[in-house]
Amino acid sequence: MKAAILVFPGINRERDMARALRLISGHEPSMVWHAETSLPAGTDLVVVPGGFSYGDYLRCGAIAARSPVMDAVRDYAGKGGLVLGVCNGFQILCESGLLPGVLMRNARLKFICKDVHLRVERSDTPFTRGYNAGQVIRVPVAHGEGNYEADEETIKRIEGEGRVLYRYCSADGVVDESHNINGAAHSIAGLVNDRGNVLGMMPHPENHVEDIMGCTDGRGLFAGLTAHLEKAA
Amino acid sequence: MKARVTVTLKNGILDPQGKAIEGALKSLGVDGVASVRQGKVFDIELAGADKAKAEAVLKDAADKLLANTVIENYAIEMKA
Repeated sequence: MKAAILVFPGINRERDMARALRLISGHEPSMVWHAETSLPAGTDLVVVPGGFSYGDYLRCGAIAARSPVMDAVRDYAGKGGLVLGVCNGFQILCESGLLPGVLMRNARLKFICKDVHLRVERSDTPFTRGYNAGQVIRVPVAHGEGNYEADEETIKRIEGEGRVLYRYCSADGVVDESHNINGAAHSIAGLVNDRGNVLGMMPHPENHVEDIMGCTDGRGLFAGLTAHLEKAA
Repeated sequence: MKARVTVTLKNGILDPQGKAIEGALKSLGVDGVASVRQGKVFDIELAGADKAKAEAVLKDAADKLLANTVIENYAIEMKA
């Protein structure tokens, strides 16, 4: 794995992400500053980490989405390269047009910082092959704007194409409004683009990868990506 | 030349902030408010005096950055 983690002013989860990638893939990721116009040669995974790029000014992720490095990411994704956006990274991917829809204020207006359960909807993607379809994992969320919305037609297409990979649910996998923490359409916690190579998700799998964190349910995502890339290489 | 760009949520887009403000107004006893939608205002100064060109610049700015046209509309108002 040759991962590149994008760094924007105001991002603060890039080191957690680097640690998780190093730990699970065995390879050191590179950090790529937002003003760069190209990605390191041979990059096979771009990660847009969480945080508060540009202080969430204007709209979450709006300014980061227009930085020079995002043109390089757009080219790379256009060629089928894998992109993972977590939290603010998800917001940046939506603002940059790499993913459809938008992340609105949480329905109950509160910043939510706690562990949540996610149902893995399918296991046949690079982002979920470390899990079984239907498996429930526990990972933390920390966001104020994670309420995924898109127009009805887009949601219908996303669902029809099986592009929702992670959904908020109860500990035993029930998806209903009482477990839809932020009011997201169809309890969507993470989805991919039409080509399936760009994933955006609000929860932080990188924060549940070591025993000391109290849970290692996030490892599957990185282990799956590592396995996918090793097989491709 | 000065201009104002107003960005508002499209109809049908849930606005939890507007709803909270609406609730706060009601609890303050401000009567007669039927609903509140929150938006943003940008006051922009433009270099040059060509009005048509300025409008084109503002449209470009709104499309590229000021508004997320998935959920927001914008209006441009030129000032004297």
